[in-house]
Amino acid sequence: MSTPAQNIQDLVRKGEYRAGFVTDVAADTVPPGLSEDTIRFISAKKNEPQWLLDWRLKAFARFQKMTEPVWAHLHYPPIDLQSISYYSQPKSMKDGPKSLDEVDPQLLETYKKLGIPLKEQEMLAGVAVDVVFDSVSVATTFKQKLKDAGVIFCPISEAVREYPELVQKYLGSVVPQGDNYYAALNSAVFTDGSFVYIPKGVRCPMELSTYFRINERNTGQFERTLIIADEGSHVSYLEGCTAPQRDENQLHAAVVELVALDDAQIKYSTVQNWYPGDENGKGGIYNFVTKRGDCRGKRSKISWTQVETGSAITWKYPSCILRGDDSVGEFYSVAVTHHRQQADTGTKMIHIGRNTRSTIVSKGISAGHGQQSYRGLVRVQQSAENARNHTQCDSLLIGDACGAHTFPYTEVRNPTAHLEHEATTSKIGEDQLFYCLSRGISAEDAVSMIVNGFCKQVFKELPMEFAVEAQKLLSVTLEGAVG
Amino acid sequence: MNMLEIRNLHARVEGKDILKGIDLTIRAGEVHAIMGPNGSGKSTLSNVLAGREDYEITEGRVTFEGKDLLALPPETRACEGVFLSFQYPVEIPGVSNMVFLKAAINARRKHQGLPEIEAVDFLAWVKDRVKKMHMDIKVLQRGVNEGFSGGEKKRNEILQMLLLEPRLMILDETDSGLDIDALKIVAEGINTMRSPERATLLVTHYQRLLDYVKPDFVHVLAGGRIVKSGGPELAQELEARGYGWLDAA
Repeated sequence: MSTPAQNIQDLVRKGEYRAGFVTDVAADTVPPGLSEDTIRFISAKKNEPQWLLDWRLKAFARFQKMTEPVWAHLHYPPIDLQSISYYSQPKSMKDGPKSLDEVDPQLLETYKKLGIPLKEQEMLAGVAVDVVFDSVSVATTFKQKLKDAGVIFCPISEAVREYPELVQKYLGSVVPQGDNYYAALNSAVFTDGSFVYIPKGVRCPMELSTYFRINERNTGQFERTLIIADEGSHVSYLEGCTAPQRDENQLHAAVVELVALDDAQIKYSTVQNWYPGDENGKGGIYNFVTKRGDCRGKRSKISWTQVETGSAITWKYPSCILRGDDSVGEFYSVAVTHHRQQADTGTKMIHIGRNTRSTIVSKGISAGHGQQSYRGLVRVQQSAENARNHTQCDSLLIGDACGAHTFPYTEVRNPTAHLEHEATTSKIGEDQLFYCLSRGISAEDAVSMIVNGFCKQVFKELPMEFAVEAQKLLSVTLEGAVG
Repeated sequence: MNMLEIRNLHARVEGKDILKGIDLTIRAGEVHAIMGPNGSGKSTLSNVLAGREDYEITEGRVTFEGKDLLALPPETRACEGVFLSFQYPVEIPGVSNMVFLKAAINARRKHQGLPEIEAVDFLAWVKDRVKKMHMDIKVLQRGVNEGFSGGEKKRNEILQMLLLEPRLMILDETDSGLDIDALKIVAEGINTMRSPERATLLVTHYQRLLDYVKPDFVHVLAGGRIVKSGGPELAQELEARGYGWLDAA
C-alpha cells in the first residue's frame, strides 16, 4: 500500500511543461563567446549610435572586474559565459517586418501555440503585445492606437533610434551598469526588450504586454526593459516568458527599469514560465534578473506582481526605491519550485522619502525536491519620516523532500518607522486533502483548489486575463501535487 | 437490500490493531448509533469507511449497495453517496465555501453523468440550505472552515451533507463541542435527511445527540469489537451506568 506522502509526489510528478516545443526557423546566430568584439557586433547589428556602444563597453569593463555572486541559497555548476551565443535572430527578420502581415507565419504559429495569437489578439482583447523572439522583437501590436494617445510602446532597439534623448536620459538610471554581476553583463550585451513612455497625465488606454521566447539552442537572452511613467500617468504592463524543452541550461539575464514621476503609477505583472528542467534537474533556464522601480516622484506608486512557475534557477528581487514623499511600493509574489527547481527570490523596499509605504506579500510553494528562499530587505533611511512596511511571507510545502527558507533583512535608521512582519510555513496536509476527497473532489482538483486558495491574495492583484492564466499555469505545474 | 454490510473487519494504524473483527449490517432507512469509550475504535471505523489511507485493512470486507467499498478510492465512495461528517473539520484558507461546495456537487454530478449545475440553481439551493442550518449567508464567501468556531464547523459539515444528499451518512462525534442550541440545529439537519432511501451511522461518546436523533439500533464498541447491540434503551442504560459494566458482562 502506498503512503499518502508518496501519492502526493506521484501527483506532483504528472505536471508537464506545455511550452517546450522548438520552432524550426532558420536563424542568424553568432558563434558562442563573450568579448568586446561580441559587443561591437551586437551594437553594429542594431545600428546603434556611438554613445550606446560606449555605454556597453563601459559596462563590460565593469563586468570584467566583478565576480559571480554566491550569497544566494542556490546550488548550480559554474556558468561558462564563453559557451553562450549572445545574439540570435530568425533569418526572416533581417529587414524587420513593418507590420504584422509581414511577420514570418511560422513565428505567428509559434505564438498561437503558446496561447498568444497575435492576430486574434489584435482584434479581440484590449492588450497591446510586443513579442521578443531570442534577441529581437518580432512584432508590436496596436502601435498606432497607442501613438494616438501619445504612448510610446516599441522594441528598445527602435527606441534607441527614434527617441534617443529619452533612452539616454533614463537607461541605467535605476539599475546602474555596475549594479551587480548580471546587470553589468546585461548592460554590455543586451539585445532587445520593450520601451514604454507614458506622457504626462495620460492613462494608458490598454494593457501593455511583452512576450519573451527563447528558441535557439545555446543562446542566452538578455533583454532590457525600460518603462517611464511621466507625471500623473498610469500604466499596467504584463510580461510572459517561455522556452523550449532542452537538456542543457540556458541563461536569461534581464534588466527591467521602471521610473515613476510625480503622481504616476506603474503596475508591472509577470507570469514567468521558462522551461524549468526535467524532474531530474536536467536542462532549464537560469533566470538571473534585476528588476527595480524608482518612485522618483511624489505620491508615485510602483506595484510588482509576479507568478514564477518556471526556470531551473531563479534569482530575482523586484524592488522599489521610494524616493518621492508619500510614494508607495508593492510586491506580490507567488513562486513555485517543483522537481529540482530552485528559487531565491524576494524584494527590496528602500524608503527614502517621507510617509513612504510598502507592502510585501510573498507566497512560496515547494513540491518534489524544490528549494525556495524568500529574501527580502526593508531599509528605512534617516530621511524617511513615518515610513510603513507590512511584510507577509507564507510558504506551502507539498511532500517531504522540498524546502522553504526565509531570509528577511531590515535596516531602520529612523525611529518613526513602523514595520510588521508575518511569516507562516504550512504543509498541504493529508487532512486537507482527505477532506476534499471525502467530498468527492479529485486529488488534482483538490490540490489546485488548495494552492489557489493559498495564492488568492496575490492573484487578485493580477489583471483579469492574467489571473486566469496564472491559475491554470499553477494547476498544470502542480498537476497532482497532493494525492 | 442491505445498504452497508461490514464483515469481520480488522484494521490497524501505525502497526497497532484497532478494529478486531467488526460485523454490522445497516439497511436503508435505518439509523444506527455506535457508542463506546475513548479509544474503542469509533473514529477508526468512520475513517475506514470513508477511505482514509492511514489505515491498513488486514482482514474482512465491506460492501456498500452491493459494491466492494474498500476497493474504491475515497472520492469515488463520496460520489457513490458515502458522507463523513468529520469530528475535526480542517480549514482550507483562501478557498471559499461557495467554490468548495460547487466543486463537490459538480464532482458528484460528473460521476452520475450529469452536466455541471447551473449557477442560478446552485445559488438558490445553497441559500435555502444555509437558512435551514441557521447560518449567515456570508459563510459562503468565507474560506472553508477558516476561522470558524467549533460549532460553526460542525454546522458547516451538516450544510455540506444537506447539499450533497448522500445515501449513507456517517457522523463522527458531531455533537462534541456543541452548545444546546447548536446541537438542536444540527440534529434538525440530520433529521431532515432521514428517509427510507438513506441510512445514518451516528458515532458518539455521549447519549445526548440521541435525544434529538432517535436511533433504531445502538451498538457498543469496545476494544475494536461490537460487544453489545440493542435498541434505543441501550443508550440510556449506558448513560446511566457508564461503559464499565460491559467489561463485567
